[in-house]
Amino acid sequence: MSTAVKADNLEKRYGTKKEVTHALKGVSFEVERGELFGIIGPDGAGKTSLFRILTTLLVPEGGQAQVDGYDVVEDYREIRKRVGYMPGRFSLYQDLTVEENLKFFATIFHTTVGENYDLIKDIYEQIEPFKDRKAGKLSGGMKQKLALSCALIHRPSVLFLDEPTTGVDAVSRKEFWEMLRKLKEQGITILVSTPYMDEASLCDRVALIQTGEIMSINTPEGIIRDFENPLVAVKADNMFRLLKDLQSFPGLFDSYAFGEYHHAVLQKENQQQELQAYLQEQQHESLELQQIKPDVEDCFIALMKTDS
Amino acid sequence: MGIDKEKVITANQLTKRFGDFTAVDAISFEVEKGEIFGFLGANGAGKTTAIRMLSGLSIPSDGEATVAGFDVYRQTEQIKRSIGYMSQKFSLYEDLTVRENIRFFAGIYGMSDQFIKDNTARLLHQLRLKEEENKLVKSLPLGWKQKLAFSVAIFHEPEIVFLDEPTGGVDPVTRREFWTMIYEAAESGITVFVTTHYMDEAEYCNRVSIMVDGRIDALDTPKNLKQQYEVGSMEDVFIKLARKATRAD
Amino acid sequence: MKQFISFVRKEFYHIFRDPRTMFILLGMPVILVVIFGFALTNEVKNADIAVFDQSKDEATSSLIAELQASRYFNIEKRLRSYQEVEEEFKKGNIKMAVVLPPNFGSDLLHLHNAQVQLIADASDPNVANTLTNYAAAVILDFQDRITDGRNLPYTITTQFRMLYNPQLKGAYSFVPGVMAMVLMLVCTMMTAITIVREKETGTMEVLLVSPVQPMKIVTAKAVPYLLLSLINIATILMLSYFVLDVPINGSLTLLVLQSILFTVTSLALGLLISAITDSQQTAMFISLTGMFLPALMLSGFMFPIENMPTILQLLSHLVPAKWYYIIVRSVMIKGVGMEAVWKETLILSGMLLFFLFMSIKKFKIRLA
Repeated sequence: MSTAVKADNLEKRYGTKKEVTHALKGVSFEVERGELFGIIGPDGAGKTSLFRILTTLLVPEGGQAQVDGYDVVEDYREIRKRVGYMPGRFSLYQDLTVEENLKFFATIFHTTVGENYDLIKDIYEQIEPFKDRKAGKLSGGMKQKLALSCALIHRPSVLFLDEPTTGVDAVSRKEFWEMLRKLKEQGITILVSTPYMDEASLCDRVALIQTGEIMSINTPEGIIRDFENPLVAVKADNMFRLLKDLQSFPGLFDSYAFGEYHHAVLQKENQQQELQAYLQEQQHESLELQQIKPDVEDCFIALMKTDS
Repeated sequence: MGIDKEKVITANQLTKRFGDFTAVDAISFEVEKGEIFGFLGANGAGKTTAIRMLSGLSIPSDGEATVAGFDVYRQTEQIKRSIGYMSQKFSLYEDLTVRENIRFFAGIYGMSDQFIKDNTARLLHQLRLKEEENKLVKSLPLGWKQKLAFSVAIFHEPEIVFLDEPTGGVDPVTRREFWTMIYEAAESGITVFVTTHYMDEAEYCNRVSIMVDGRIDALDTPKNLKQQYEVGSMEDVFIKLARKATRAD
Repeated sequence: MKQFISFVRKEFYHIFRDPRTMFILLGMPVILVVIFGFALTNEVKNADIAVFDQSKDEATSSLIAELQASRYFNIEKRLRSYQEVEEEFKKGNIKMAVVLPPNFGSDLLHLHNAQVQLIADASDPNVANTLTNYAAAVILDFQDRITDGRNLPYTITTQFRMLYNPQLKGAYSFVPGVMAMVLMLVCTMMTAITIVREKETGTMEVLLVSPVQPMKIVTAKAVPYLLLSLINIATILMLSYFVLDVPINGSLTLLVLQSILFTVTSLALGLLISAITDSQQTAMFISLTGMFLPALMLSGFMFPIENMPTILQLLSHLVPAKWYYIIVRSVMIKGVGMEAVWKETLILSGMLLFFLFMSIKKFKIRLA
């Protein structure tokens, strides 16, 4: 396998001399060819700056990066021929129809819709019944499919998707990730950014990013393996009081709400019994405790807290 | 929750049509005082239209509804005074300072100077924003902005607060701090009406409704919903229901 | 080339599908011409005038009677001195004064040459111009009648004196002015806005991350506006020629070529604005206050530049519309050729090169 994307100590600063925002503080990673790589972090973590540097839209203040072996600053023309890019906002012409959008993007990439139709077939077929509809009148999920088709029309070697699922409902998100898996099978390298931690498990490898720094790079399983402390899911009738009581348990490393349960990160193994006894003492009704495997969100929280 | 609990929102066959398109199709539900009510739905299911009717911004085409005891047809001004509103898109003025934002929004709701003074100090302390009070809002990290926006939305002690995707894009730690604030508000008697795309957050709600194609297809506690649809998580409940959706936004 | 055509086609889709853009592009020129046209052709009836008859003979009383009989004039006052003439104007009682010098009748009879002086309030140049034209016509009629159609060498020389606005701007001058304004609006403002809109919606990001050369993107965006401008030039010229009876005295080819030069200059200016702004609002603001208003105020179309303070006169040299205005007025109204406007043409070409150079220099191949 060879390297498709390489970032080396990238730095990006915005603002004036007086007030400088560090969007990226030395970000390094490598993406192998054919990999589905996730950049996972909240808004303001630096995801968009990173993507814009890699797609030659911004010049970094420090460090360097290559895409397909080409330097993002020096060889920007080469890179622009090779990559597909879907920015965070829907980057379609709202007043052009589905078909007009697709044809337009095909032409500017010196290709035709027919030439690479096999690549977009699965995706485009879903929106083809609406091909005469203006892009502005499509649903969020359909717009997303069209934008993806447009980004793929020239069979890019690397595909950059900046927050493609933000603000999209759970069903459309699921469908979108299914499409990405299929594209990966066709050998396209995909970099995707997302604020949704649960999407990490769908990537081959992920980089967890927060305030311009990468906290961890690994496979989703690897990230979870790195979570050292025992984790217990707790539930009771009064969840709000439960959380407060958890926080006063002496053997606790951290605790937080996690969907139906609260998660309690313990300092040592074998503290579960102790915790149970402690909570029963506080007279919680229908108390349930079970040791669980952490997921990426638990890891992200732990990394955020050890960092600060 | 007992039967005699005060109903803060009641909707009966509430409908909104735009031309021959029925955005909200005869929805009926009730929300109790102090409840955290999750209002879920796929993109385009009609959530935004429903919230606009309940917050007095849009007159329904049909059906009835009261919010804080006021009628959504005739008493929209009273409704607006008894609710707070916060959305992901607009909540605070980026080019005003933290203090100026609080002052401005409190002023809109006619709070007295003394009230504003006392409560601003308390709020800045709670949010640990004392140091930042004279900074422009745009210089704050997103998570802080959202927490501040929520505090501003409930500053005038409304009966109900409408939160439209308040935690979109916020980091997981701040997201939980935000929900702690929601819990505290609910404890103090403020009813919380919240939409979200994070399905784990649906679990934090006392009750959840799921809109599909303009109708409320499910409404119960997260626990009952999971039982009813025989799945393990709210995400699966949501996906099961929303897959049936035929229309888009 | 295929790329380029595809771009231009897309641009036309944008224009044709947005009613507001269509209106500004095609409706606005017509409306402007019609509005200004009405202001011009507004016929004057029963205007109050005064007569200062210093001769009081048969000839003058019969001329005065003719004036009174015409439906254009109403003789409000008979005056006895030049002072009174000025007073009446200052009070605003009259729009025009007819001054008949002493010995009008005998001059006409014996010297075969008499003079009439028409003094008009040219603060409203259109009215002043119309009134003096009517009066001159009445006087000519009168002359024809007393010579009885015979070809006798009697002549009445009519002297015009325009008060307050000696150059008599206004008549016909609006057509060149409207052309300058419309081309500014279409080329500078609309081009700047349409490019900046792509930055705002995010499509520019995708275009930049494509093999298309960035300069090609913007030139492709300018082409439709150039074509539409040509349509506009044609519409305005036809409207003024056929509906408003404004003559085209000079060479039509020269006029069109000059208009294309100005169009391209405005486009280059639009490109420059789009290169330095990131929001449609800013682009609109800069186009309106920085370009459109100066074109209106400092081109000489609304207000005579000669009467402005020196600083504004100097500033007016920087306004491209001023030079275009001079060219069009010279070619269209005065009917002169290239030999009379080469200097202005050269200045405009210089500006074009400057704007092009600057916009290429400022153009960003990246986002920041």
